[in-house]
Amino acid sequence: MKSDWLLSAQGLARDYGGRRVVTDIDLRLAAGNVLGVLGPNGAGKTTILRMLAGTLAPSAGRVAIAGVDLAERPRAAKRHLGYLPERPPVYPELTVDEYLRFAARLHDIPRARRAAAVTAAKADCGLIEVGQRLIGALSKGYAQRVGLAQAIVHRPAVLILDEPTAGLDPSQLIGVRELIGRLAREHSVIISSHILGEIQAMASHVVIIDRGRLAFSASREQLAADASWLEIGLAHGPDTATLAALPEVADIRHTGDGQWLIRAAAGRDIRTALAERAVAEGWGLHTLVARPTSLEERFMRVISSGDDAERAPA
Amino acid sequence: MTGALAIARHESTRLFASPLAWALLGFTQLLAGLLFVMSLTDISLNPQHLTDYDGVSEVVGAGLFRFVTLVLLLVVPLLTMRAFAEERKNGTLELLLAAPASATELVLGKFVGVMVYLSLSCLLVGALPATLTAFTPLDWGVIAAGLLGLWLVMAAFAAVGLFASALTREPTLAAVISLAALMLLWLIYAVASIDWHPSVFGHTLDIGRIAGGISPIGHDDTLLRGLVTSGDVLYFVIFVLAFLALAIVRLDAERR
Repeated sequence: MKSDWLLSAQGLARDYGGRRVVTDIDLRLAAGNVLGVLGPNGAGKTTILRMLAGTLAPSAGRVAIAGVDLAERPRAAKRHLGYLPERPPVYPELTVDEYLRFAARLHDIPRARRAAAVTAAKADCGLIEVGQRLIGALSKGYAQRVGLAQAIVHRPAVLILDEPTAGLDPSQLIGVRELIGRLAREHSVIISSHILGEIQAMASHVVIIDRGRLAFSASREQLAADASWLEIGLAHGPDTATLAALPEVADIRHTGDGQWLIRAAAGRDIRTALAERAVAEGWGLHTLVARPTSLEERFMRVISSGDDAERAPA
Repeated sequence: MTGALAIARHESTRLFASPLAWALLGFTQLLAGLLFVMSLTDISLNPQHLTDYDGVSEVVGAGLFRFVTLVLLLVVPLLTMRAFAEERKNGTLELLLAAPASATELVLGKFVGVMVYLSLSCLLVGALPATLTAFTPLDWGVIAAGLLGLWLVMAAFAAVGLFASALTREPTLAAVISLAALMLLWLIYAVASIDWHPSVFGHTLDIGRIAGGISPIGHDDTLLRGLVTSGDVLYFVIFVLAFLALAIVRLDAERR
């Protein structure tokens, strides 16, 4: 059912100067989910998010937010949307309060509920004590929080966050990451990043964008299923059945001469036990490593095959 | 239209929060005040000149408003240059584009915001000749028509300035574009005083009249004489709407 998706994009494409820089992007976001958009700089993440937010018209394809077509009824669709661009869209000469009141008016919040909406957004983003300060006088981490507060002041169903943690120092990074984690409990979020760990920590569904194309797409369940495989190499190993019978081995695959992939029962670490057993039995252990997940593998491949000259501008 | 109102309020708040706008307001008022004093001094030294005119209101009022129009030529581009160019440069235009407001609301909001500021300037300039009412009877009709003309010229200049600002991401470039456009309009008005009637395909063309019809300054002439005609007012309305429409088209094209 199409209407089950809070946000759905079909066949999105974008041309710049006659050159197609983003092609065939299909994305879906269900209620309560966090969709992570991963890709190296210049892969087209910002272009895709701007098309989803309605600040850039796609050359082809459609976007629907909460079942409302963004091209046909932009005003109705944008009501369900909060957008934080890569650079927080703040006015340095305004105070935090003035700015958030403007954002609330801009999003058509009735006068009676405006003050409460601004206060709630400030509370959520930890901005209560800086309400009277000029935004231009705040640190980058706080400017980012103000940008986030702007995106949630009208309590949209969908939040689109473009590289929300880029350029923050480590302590600001932790604060903003926690804040996004909290917001993700109440909103459905699309978040982009060029950092793998960031997306892995937050997203319930991950896509990788490479040179304007969808290179990979998997849910957290799919990723969990292919995580935690161990690669083991034994010079004088026993047969597969013996290994499979070891305690707490959930799954095993024979991948080649003296090579196996072993997965432990969920939440168990069997590396030590496995190594001790191999030594005791004289199996000639020579390799025991955690296999990279398909996400990491794919992301590394995208990164290493990167030829920046071929990529589109961000 | 709540979006347009929110943007209008935001724009005038930001204008009044910026030192540039206050400096421009003071600059305009200083020059207007100086000219006002100079024309009063001229009248008191050479009262016989008054007989060439219909009265004090016309000498002081119309002369002052015409001079302020010249000052506006410099002031309005500086005032409108930031409207879209700076928002684009600072990335805040994304906020406005992602909001549930159309490009029309965005442009109308900006226009109203700038006009709130310019109307204040218009009132302050109008207050100068109004002070004379303590000493001499004034022709309020002439002064009101002149002020209306000044206000309409402000609206026309602001519309040109907003369009120029929608074209670029560099505020200074926007100022240069609108300054050049406004000077060109002034130059066309200057052509209006040339008595030139070339014959083209058997028709006699009155170049001066045509030039006067094109330039907003020419349409301001009748208003400064105290004559409000629907034709002139309509000209300004169409002029303003045309440039605002161009700005809307430009902003919409940016998303494409």
